[in-house]
Parts: sequence; structure tokens; C-alpha cells
Amino acid sequence: MPTIGPNELFFLMQGLKWTIALTLIGFAGGGVFGLLVALARTAEAPSMRRATAGYIAVFQGTPLLMQLFVVYYGVALLGFNIDAWIAVAIAFTLHASAFLGEIWRGGIQAVPKGQTEAARALGLHYRSIMKDVVLPQALRISLPATIGFLVQLIKGTSLAAIVGFVELSRAGQIVSNQTFRPLTVFAIVGLIYFLICWPLSLWGAGVEKRLQTAAR
Amino acid sequence: MSYSLDFSAVIDRLPELLVACLATIGLAIAGMSLATIIGVLGVVARRSRFKLLRGFVIGFVELIRNTPFLVQIFFIFFALPQLGLRLNPTVTAIVALALNGGAYAIEIIRGGVDAVPKGQVEAGLALGLGRAQIFRHIILKPALRAVYPSLTSQFIMLTLTTSVCTSIAAYELTSVAQKIEADTFRSFEVYFSITLLYLVISSLMMGVFGLISRLSFSYPVK
Repeated sequence: MPTIGPNELFFLMQGLKWTIALTLIGFAGGGVFGLLVALARTAEAPSMRRATAGYIAVFQGTPLLMQLFVVYYGVALLGFNIDAWIAVAIAFTLHASAFLGEIWRGGIQAVPKGQTEAARALGLHYRSIMKDVVLPQALRISLPATIGFLVQLIKGTSLAAIVGFVELSRAGQIVSNQTFRPLTVFAIVGLIYFLICWPLSLWGAGVEKRLQTAAR
Repeated sequence: MSYSLDFSAVIDRLPELLVACLATIGLAIAGMSLATIIGVLGVVARRSRFKLLRGFVIGFVELIRNTPFLVQIFFIFFALPQLGLRLNPTVTAIVALALNGGAYAIEIIRGGVDAVPKGQVEAGLALGLGRAQIFRHIILKPALRAVYPSLTSQFIMLTLTTSVCTSIAAYELTSVAQKIEADTFRSFEVYFSITLLYLVISSLMMGVFGLISRLSFSYPVK
């Protein structure tokens, strides 16, 4: 029976590299578009609010796995001949933009209205009101939920395995099939995810507690 | 090369897909019910006098919440047989959904239980109620009412997560879709239609949850 040696661990680490890369791309891309979604969701024009509400509802009401499949095959249909990882990264970016958009919308709306009114009375324009007054407070309020979503995104990248993309989970499956040691392999894979996600979860819980104490 | 969309592959096999929708809803309901039971029992265990039991529940919740569902279901399906426990795909799916949903349910229900004012428990004691009566009527019922919105949105997520059960070839909507895709090669059309079906399922569930809330929580709080 083959054993799990340095080669197998190295293969898992290669997968881990892609898990982290997908998470970072999805979170960064999702952060940029999510901010736009959140701003549109809280905009004064009803058409923008409705359009982004629909966008969020679709992404929150369908499985991430389906979003991966649809984008993966949809991008190919549109005639783009791109690498699998780019298609997957696009899907995670769209997914993250909807969830982060909704989280930050909550943050923006949690900032007291008086702040916006005061800023407007001081003669600040929209850009400045958002950048200097509302968003710094809104992002602070939404920090725990944002960290929570980051953990969800890390775990979500495992679904790229079902599309056939070799990240940590798929690498684990491959090693498990080669070594016939699913117990050890999946325990290691689970442990790696846990060691990444748990500190983030603890950080999120800590921030939440601090914000609650500060609000009192 | 231009590609023309052709949904006939999907339309031809719509009956098959609708039956698969029922399977998905069935998995989701089984997962939710068991998750609720695990949630309540977990909260009881988390309040127990035994440190070991409390530690076990905390460890379970943290472990489940910080690892992907895919790895959990792989572990149950591929690793447990090595320890002599072999489950078929459907049972594996239900167990995985129940454990995953249960861990989140424990956290959510605990939040509601902790928010019950201490004075109400003391009032219950003063009225001569037993420990179990106090937990059931004074703590659990208002707590479940308070956390109902977050619990049900977690359950919607659980319903969407059932799609991952395709990875162990459990019978549900996504695995049927993959079969149709393999037969027809109409990948985009199939997955696009399935996505719409999931959207319908989750909207329906939200409607039902809203209805249940109106029927069972319509009594005044004060």
C-alpha cells in the first residue's frame, strides 16, 4: 500500500496554493464590484436599487456550484477561449460581489442618517460624503460579517473541485485515490482548511465583541 | 464558430428534473429537521454542568464551521468506511447536511437562548416550574422565535448546499443535471435551467418560512 510521503504533501500544497489564489482573486474582485453593488443598492435612483436587489437575490438564491457551472460554460459559449482558472475566478468574483454588496449595504444603512445630512449641510458632494463620512464607518460596522464571508469564500473555493479544477479538495481527492488512504488524506485536508479558517473566525468574533462594547 | 442555444434537451427531460427537484427538497427538509434537533440538543449540552460535554459541542461547532462541506461529505463517504462505517450516498448526504446545518443551528439558537433575560428564568423558578419546563417554555420558545429569521436563512443556504451532494452521486437535482449533460452535451442550457429551478425552490422555501412565521409567531410578545 502506498504511503503519504513528501510528494503527496507537496501535491496538496500545490492545491492549497490555488485555493488561496482563488480566494484572494475572488475577494479582491468581489470587493471592488461589491462596493459598486452596495453603492448602487443604496443609491437614490430606484432603478439602480431594484437592479442590484435582483442581482443579489439571484446570487443568494442559487447554489454557488451552479454559478460556477453556468459561468464556466457560459464564458466558453461567449467565444472566449480562456483558462479554466480564469472562468472559475470570474464566477467567484461575481458570487463575492453579490454577498459583499449585501453585507456592505447593511453597513451603509446602519450609519445614522444624520451623518449624511450633516455632511450634505456642510456642502460635501456625494463622492466625498461616501468616501470620507459614510464608508469608513460602514466598513467598520460590517467588518465581522466581511470576515465571516471571507471564511465562507475559502470554503466555497472547494467547489471548484467539482468543476474539475485542482485546488486543495481536488488534490486531496486525487491523493486519496492514489494512496487508498482517504481517512488520513481527508483529515489532513480538513485540518489545513481549519487552520486557515479558524483564526479568521476567531478574529471576526473578536472584532464583533469589540464593536459591541464600543457601541454601548 | 457560432453556437445556437437549444433548450430542447432540457424540455424533453423536464419530468425527470422535476422529480429530482422533489428529491432535493426532500434532502433539504430531512437535513433541516435533523439540524434543528441537533441544534436544540447541542444548546442543552452546551449549558450542561459537564465540562467535557461542553468542550465537545464547542469543538464540533468550530470544526464544522471552519471546514468546507465538500470535505465533510467526502470524509463521511470515503473515509468512514475505512473505520467500518459504510453509508449509501443518500444517507451520507442527509448525515452530512444534518451535521453541517446542526453546527450552525447550535450557534444561532445559542444566541437566542443567551438573549433571554435572567429575570424571566427566575420568575419561572419562583412559580415552581421544573428545569425542563423552564427550558422549554421560558427559554427555548422565545429564543426560537427571536432567531427564526437567521435560522431560516441558514436553512435556505443548507438547501442550496444540497447541490454539493452530487459529488458523491447522491440522487438530487444537480446529479440528475450532470447525467443529462453527459447525455446531451448541452452543458450551458442544462445548468442555466437548473439554476432557475434552484431559484424557484429557494423562493418557495422563503415563502413557506414566511407563512410558518406568520402562523406560529403571530401572538404578541408583550
